[in-house]
Amino acid sequence: MPLVIEPGRSAAHYWRDLWRYRELLSFLAWRDIAVRYKQTAIGVLWAVIRPALTLLVFVAFRRMAGLRQSEVPDVILVLAAVLPWQFFASALSEASSSLIGNTSLISKVYFPRLIIPLSAVVTAFVDFAITLVMLAALMAWYSVEPGARLLALPFFIAQCAVLALGLGLLLAALTVRYRDFRYVVPFSIQMGLFVSPVAFETSQVPERWRALYVLNPLVGIIDGFRWSLLDGRASIDPAVVAGSIVVTLASLAAGVWYFRRTERGFADAI
Amino acid sequence: MVAVEKLGKCYHLRRTEGARYVTLRDAMAGAAAASVRWLNPGRTAKEATEEFWALRDVSFKVTQGQVVGIIGRNGAGKSTLLKILSRITEPTVGRATLNGRVASLLEVGTGFHPELSGRENIYLNGAILGMTRAEIRRQFEAIVAFAGVEQFLETPVKHYSSGMYVRLAFAVAAHLEPEVLIVDEVLAVGDLEFQQKSLGKMHEVSRSGRTVLFVSHNMAAVNALTTRTLLLDQGEVRFDGRTAEAIGCYSQLAVQARSQGISGRGGHTAIRNVTVVDAAGSPVVQYAPGAPLRLSIVVETDGSPRLSIEAFLLDSMNQKLAMASLHQFEGLTLPEQAGRFRLTIEVQPGWLASGSYSIDVTTSVVNSSWDHYVDHAATIEVIASNPGGHSWDFKHEYGYGAFAMPCVGRPEFALVGDDE
Repeated sequence: MPLVIEPGRSAAHYWRDLWRYRELLSFLAWRDIAVRYKQTAIGVLWAVIRPALTLLVFVAFRRMAGLRQSEVPDVILVLAAVLPWQFFASALSEASSSLIGNTSLISKVYFPRLIIPLSAVVTAFVDFAITLVMLAALMAWYSVEPGARLLALPFFIAQCAVLALGLGLLLAALTVRYRDFRYVVPFSIQMGLFVSPVAFETSQVPERWRALYVLNPLVGIIDGFRWSLLDGRASIDPAVVAGSIVVTLASLAAGVWYFRRTERGFADAI
Repeated sequence: MVAVEKLGKCYHLRRTEGARYVTLRDAMAGAAAASVRWLNPGRTAKEATEEFWALRDVSFKVTQGQVVGIIGRNGAGKSTLLKILSRITEPTVGRATLNGRVASLLEVGTGFHPELSGRENIYLNGAILGMTRAEIRRQFEAIVAFAGVEQFLETPVKHYSSGMYVRLAFAVAAHLEPEVLIVDEVLAVGDLEFQQKSLGKMHEVSRSGRTVLFVSHNMAAVNALTTRTLLLDQGEVRFDGRTAEAIGCYSQLAVQARSQGISGRGGHTAIRNVTVVDAAGSPVVQYAPGAPLRLSIVVETDGSPRLSIEAFLLDSMNQKLAMASLHQFEGLTLPEQAGRFRLTIEVQPGWLASGSYSIDVTTSVVNSSWDHYVDHAATIEVIASNPGGHSWDFKHEYGYGAFAMPCVGRPEFALVGDDE
């Protein structure tokens, strides 16, 4: 089949091309992981140290703030939230800066540009998978047994990835055009940590703020993680989950739409 | 088969120089200005962008198995054409149809990562160029043998010599097996021996029935590889036919472009013509570093006092490298008599690296303002630069600067004690 190049034509066969270039996706993700661990002295340990330190800080915070102790050990309660949070945060920040970090590829080779932020999310997922092992070990140590609800966990993991991808696509495309977002993204992520139920639980948020609070799609994801992992010891509000899913899908739609709309100008703008 | 019909690419250039990207503040300021204009249509602000057609109305057909050269000066639209055909950027108008698998090689070693080993980079680069894992595996031995890096496969490429790096990068690209291959200036890398080897490989590729579009500044390579060549000039196809004729046309065009008049004028003066000339006064395109650079400038003046002429040497990135000034450096001014004069100046620009340069010429009111500023009034090409007399060509594009600093006198060593 002949390849036709025309103004506005790049849309044709885009998704088919994306599938054809799936090997490149795995190569790029693999490159980022390999390079990261080759450049650092303790390599893969970093994937564990970062959440471990965040965990310590928040457990200490809970003690100092005198937050109500639940029947679940603080360590598990907080880690069940730190994991999705860190996955989201690193996937989002890496996806956002992925395009300007791969300038030479974009200006010299054709492939569906969506692969670049996508591979950033895949890379973050690998780190996340490592920390899941750490969580499993700690749960065994504290003998917190997950029940059948564990089957719902992959769903919340997928939702977290989709949310990070959607926002990441939007921010990556915006960063190409407005470099301001290089500063906006890290700052927003930092703020996001405080408005997400990582150190505390959604039930501890005052009732009158609740309606506003659940607009943060991470609330549904983090609550979902706790609900799936802590078998009956964490509650969940179906309305929160539903709202979170809606926001996630809207982010993905907005991200893909804006990315696709601006993509053809990347090589000229970057 | 490749068919290109009326292809054009328009860029909107921002007047402000410097940053290539806009900031949010600019966008918001622009939006605010636009809304003000909308509210008050009488006062229209001047548009901050101007149109620039990098490529205009380009049409040609290449049949399967044909090897076609594309030549033209810097900025003639060659790279834009290749980028459109490689789908890196979209055309503004027109269409192109390509049959078969297309691979483009606009740079050797795209995506190479210094921390990864040679083996890892072969796979990564292959994938980036569009090869599947299975294809790379099949070609792996051939790639390694061609590059001659057998012993260093597990070494990170950051420890490679630049020659090895380039050989490996070219080797991966050379083993692509597309039906249509688009190549930009990749033979210009590596040592002479490797260039010969690459040229040989290109020969092999072109004989294997593949369609090749080949851009190069190296006329010898174009001549050796192709029988048909397109000459691009200012975004348009100026010639399409036999390679030898195209190369002849190219040299002619370069001289012609310089001898054409200049339009516009300043308040007191008008620069009419700027030519780089040799000792006999005939126009030249090439300049041999080390020799004096002669400029012949035809200028009209109204006879006002305190008028001067300045000339600037710019590199291909439009960076000003050096200045010559009639008044500030030589203490002279234009004749205080209305009329048209030919000014011949001879300057010593130092030992230039090889590359393309342009010369801006302007008349000025001394210590006050430019009068008639002419961008790119003339251009020169330095074909080879080797201040040391060795075979190494000091190219501007290497990024080591535009001028060589040859030593004055012989460098001396003296044995000193540890305390110094």
